[in-house]
Amino acid sequence: MKREKLRAHAPLEEPPAPTDLRVRQLRARDLLRGDLEGPDLERHVEESLLMTTMHKATGWGRANSIFPATFGLACCAIEMMSIVGPRYDIARFGAENLRASPRQADLLILSGRVAVKMAPVVRRLYDQMLEPKWVISMGACSSSGGMFSNYAVVQGADKFMPVDVHVPGCPPRPEALMYGINKLQRMILGRPDPGWRQRYNAYGTEEWAREATGDATREEIEAYAAARELAANHEATRSVATRGSRS
Amino acid sequence: MPDAPGLELIAQELNGAAEGSVLGTYHEHGQGCLIVNPERILDVLGWLRDTPGQEYRFLSSLHGVDYLPAEPRFGVVYELLNMPRVERLRVRAALADPGGEELPELDSCVSLFAGAEFHEREVYDFFGILFRGHPDMRRILMPEEYVGWPQRRDFPIGGEPVIFTRNEPEMPRWYE
Repeated sequence: MKREKLRAHAPLEEPPAPTDLRVRQLRARDLLRGDLEGPDLERHVEESLLMTTMHKATGWGRANSIFPATFGLACCAIEMMSIVGPRYDIARFGAENLRASPRQADLLILSGRVAVKMAPVVRRLYDQMLEPKWVISMGACSSSGGMFSNYAVVQGADKFMPVDVHVPGCPPRPEALMYGINKLQRMILGRPDPGWRQRYNAYGTEEWAREATGDATREEIEAYAAARELAANHEATRSVATRGSRS
Repeated sequence: MPDAPGLELIAQELNGAAEGSVLGTYHEHGQGCLIVNPERILDVLGWLRDTPGQEYRFLSSLHGVDYLPAEPRFGVVYELLNMPRVERLRVRAALADPGGEELPELDSCVSLFAGAEFHEREVYDFFGILFRGHPDMRRILMPEEYVGWPQRRDFPIGGEPVIFTRNEPEMPRWYE
């Protein structure tokens, strides 16, 4: 009884019969020969096409072929180096090819503390990278200054450049960095993880959800409004997508 | 190392060779130190380097110190080494703070020990002590446009205060 209920809600798809596969093979062969015509051709095209948006397709491609820059700042770089090795093997997620030039890279991993003398250099490297580009701030030092709460170290790399993902730890284990890269992949795909907001059910506290306060400039008001609009569109498409998969 | 009487002998001979150069001595943890008049620092280092029987020909380190409440405020410390006898001698030039925006000045010893060049730049970088006659008096570690002398005791430590929920209730505003 219970099983039938489930089936009624989400009907299980029957696995294709072996004869079906054979039919499809023959049809593909006919297509290559140029013999396929009429409703058969239409059916073949319908079965072998995948409809998506350009945005999603490029996002899928970008997320699964991230090219990080070979750029180590401090001790975190040792952990960063190990993720490309066979033990951790970031190649499973398509990001194993560390490029030696910022022109060829699209991910900058800030692996270590950024000294005030290094900050302009890092910023120049970031500016030299081609769009689209992302930044992971790895470890406590590049995220907040960490233990180096002093005159020589920048207190958080997002003071001089945008950062997409902060990976906590001192240093983070390679698994943590890989998890950060996975999160970044989901951001690139346009489905960022809600993170702690999911756990504490704290949606709507995002920065872009804020109303501009009284002394805000016109640009700020417009930026907040645009961000809210974008997010609303995103939510709408996502709920449509989830509803679609359920029915 | 020269022992305490040996240190006194060196001080006497130095005062004979260059009048009023040694202001004091102390001997601690098996190491002797000469406190010298900063105006005569080149005479002292040259004498220690070239006099037969002394021959401290290697400057193993040069560093600055800030003794803030004390007067004179700054010290520049020279660690000399005699390689054949493996003897070390410390020479400290006591420098007063001229006050205001002015920087304390001292003769550069690059003419005697070429390796002192980067050491003196580092002392200048962190303590703001100018070395007269240095070939290239610039900052060495901090960015060139940096303002202030960060290892001085009256320089703010920097960074940002971090409030932990653990200690905020029992020690309100503890970070100040």
